[in-house]
Amino acid sequence: MAATVETIEQVEQLGTEKYKYGFVTDIESEMAPKGLSEEVIRFISAKKEEPEWMLEWRLKAYEHFKTMEEPDWAKVEYTPIDLSDIYYYAAPKIKDRPNSLDEVDPELLRTYEKLGIPLKEQEVLAGVVAVDAVFDSVSVATTYRKKLAEYGVIFCSISEAIKEHPELVKKYLGSVVPYSDNYFATLNCAVFTDGSFVYIPKGVRCPMELSTYFRINAENTGQFERTLIIAEEGSYVSYLEGCTAPQRDENQLHAAVVELVAMKEAEIKYSTVQNWYPGDDTGAGGIYNFVTKRGACRGDSSKISWTQVETGSAVTWKYPSCILQGDNSVGEFYSVAITNNAQQADTGTKMIHIGKNTKSTIISKGISAGKADNTYRGLVKVLPGAEGARNYTQCDSLLIGDQCGAHTVPYIESRNPSARIEHEATTSKISEDQLFYCSQRGLSEEDAVSIIVNGFCKEVMKELPMEFAVEAQKLIGISLEGSVG
Amino acid sequence: MALLEIKNLHASLEEEDKEILKGIDLVIQPGEVHAIMGPNGSGKSTLSYVLAGRDGYEVTEGEVTFDGKDLLELEANERANEGVFLAFQYPVEIPGVPGMTFLREALNSKRKYHGEEELDAMQFLKLVREKAKALEMGDDMLKRAVNVGFSGGEKKRNEILQMAVLEPTLCVLDETDSGLDIDALKIVADGVNALRNENRGMLLITHYQRLLDYIQPDFVHVMAAGKIQRSGGKELALELEEKGYADFTGKAA
Ligand SMILES: Nc1ncnc2c1ncn2[C@@H]1O[C@H](COP(=O)(O)OP(=O)(O)OP(=O)(O)O)[C@@H](O)[C@H]1O
Ligand SMILES: [Mg+2]
Repeated sequence: MAATVETIEQVEQLGTEKYKYGFVTDIESEMAPKGLSEEVIRFISAKKEEPEWMLEWRLKAYEHFKTMEEPDWAKVEYTPIDLSDIYYYAAPKIKDRPNSLDEVDPELLRTYEKLGIPLKEQEVLAGVVAVDAVFDSVSVATTYRKKLAEYGVIFCSISEAIKEHPELVKKYLGSVVPYSDNYFATLNCAVFTDGSFVYIPKGVRCPMELSTYFRINAENTGQFERTLIIAEEGSYVSYLEGCTAPQRDENQLHAAVVELVAMKEAEIKYSTVQNWYPGDDTGAGGIYNFVTKRGACRGDSSKISWTQVETGSAVTWKYPSCILQGDNSVGEFYSVAITNNAQQADTGTKMIHIGKNTKSTIISKGISAGKADNTYRGLVKVLPGAEGARNYTQCDSLLIGDQCGAHTVPYIESRNPSARIEHEATTSKISEDQLFYCSQRGLSEEDAVSIIVNGFCKEVMKELPMEFAVEAQKLIGISLEGSVG
Repeated sequence: MALLEIKNLHASLEEEDKEILKGIDLVIQPGEVHAIMGPNGSGKSTLSYVLAGRDGYEVTEGEVTFDGKDLLELEANERANEGVFLAFQYPVEIPGVPGMTFLREALNSKRKYHGEEELDAMQFLKLVREKAKALEMGDDMLKRAVNVGFSGGEKKRNEILQMAVLEPTLCVLDETDSGLDIDALKIVADGVNALRNENRGMLLITHYQRLLDYIQPDFVHVMAAGKIQRSGGKELALELEEKGYADFTGKAA
């Protein structure tokens, strides 16, 4: 049998028992009543001891949400979500937020250990990474706080930020993604439970990588986290988020909102390694990942760079975007999206050029195997004032087998004649010649696929922080495991 | 014990049921260098693919023993790890994968297979640099993606580098001399000669007597229409150079 034929069959046979993060942690949770209502929102807000203005904002979003309908324009198909059947708040039962790691439930720490998250400070990659870990709805530990505080950097959970830095939260929350933005973002505004908050003061180069790990553990819970990062003039921060969830029979909803604000000459580098449970080979039980991520380059010469490696989730719907307001500001989007089995991904970016000489780069690498569908959807919009705007877009698709699909949907709207927009797209297959060449050099077919795919994604992988590139490389290998015989 | 023993090997294309190898017999003893010459389309590359275990061919008759093992039972990567190396007639490009990374992966696969420690990046770099130097290949070529944008000659040189690093026991070189300029031919031939030893066997597929001036074979075989039609010493190559393949194909030279 030809290798390519075997490849296809193997991919089809590939079960998902390989998802190694599919365990459930046995921890007692405290939950809000099931379903969505004003009471539930009040419950969440009260649990979090939020100030009145926060509750009002949530309720305003909820009122708006009731007038909205679930969007259906993305090229994804899924069983509609029953919003009344979800717990909007689930917290591991701990009396108060722990002051140190010793007070954190050991069961929880063990979970993070299994996930490979070095939560214990001394183990945290020799001090280069600070971690905030979000378990279901609450943030359980933020490491390296003290060291960061010396630099004036604030890195804490959004719940704490609401209480301790209300002036910053009030000023920036919803300033990039307004409460009325879209169905899932508005839902998030009403019920968001936790997430991270980062503030980098003027002129500070954040001394370490900041990182958050999200974990959905409790059953039938939605995770609605909210992340807000503010980089003041001339500052720099590199932030990484990683995500996993246990294996379950029912789909779980993850509807996050991430807002980034970069002031004059500030730079934010935001990297994601997303490995939510993809479901079984029919997609059952996987995570619905409907996320709104947007960054505003407010100041001149500011820069926001999104790098994502998306390997998990049953359905992904995600378009990290940049609003290039400041003159000479720069937006970048580097993406690897892998879909296998019945996974569906509709992902891409929006680059909105407003300021003069703004520049954006989009590099998207889509890999599909099995019966999966992978769509790149991107918008490049140049407003009349964006004199000299430039965009370069490159979308490459790699197919493994012939039952999967890759689609590229670029939207270009230019209202300034001086703008230069370039778009390149390619579609290729892993060839039998390449596989044979690798096996003739002793590589197993799995290693061969992994090395070929990693080569295909190279331009994106090199944008990841060093510490995580290796992990991401392995993940790519794992998520395509069994895709050849 | 013979290093490689091919007995009455018949092989067809899986997809169109077309027989290409029609009863090959060949024995290579450790230390021997054999050359196979023959007209285009006679099945030389096919023989190399069947030995290496490429998909798409069906062995309908015959057997192949390598180092005492039934070669045909093994997967392609197992054959490689057992010590069968094929220098490709058309080396394949692998975009985005640095040559170093690829070769380290290959070497470590082999070491793992034999239960040996994997080499770390530093040890590997040292080893490769040393081998590359002999082939007059610089670091820049090792950093580039496997065969991507390489000239024909560079690709062939790269195959020999891989061979030198992997140290196989059976080297099958499919037209490694084609596309090489005179100086490169000399360098590559020196590289191959350096690998000659009493344990290693070589099978050189070539169209040109010139290569055999540099790499002196112990035996020369003429392959035509899927069979070895005649075998002899290196003088046979000279004779072919003069007369062509007319005696074997029935056509006038
Ligand atoms: N995949 C294939 N499909 C159809 N025919 C094939 C295929 N592979 C090989 N052949 C045929 O098998 C025969 C032998 O081919 P092979 O490449 O082994 O010849 P060769 O002796 O190496 O020739 P050359 O000297 O030109 O390299 C040729 O007639 C070729 O067309
Ligand atoms: Mg040939």
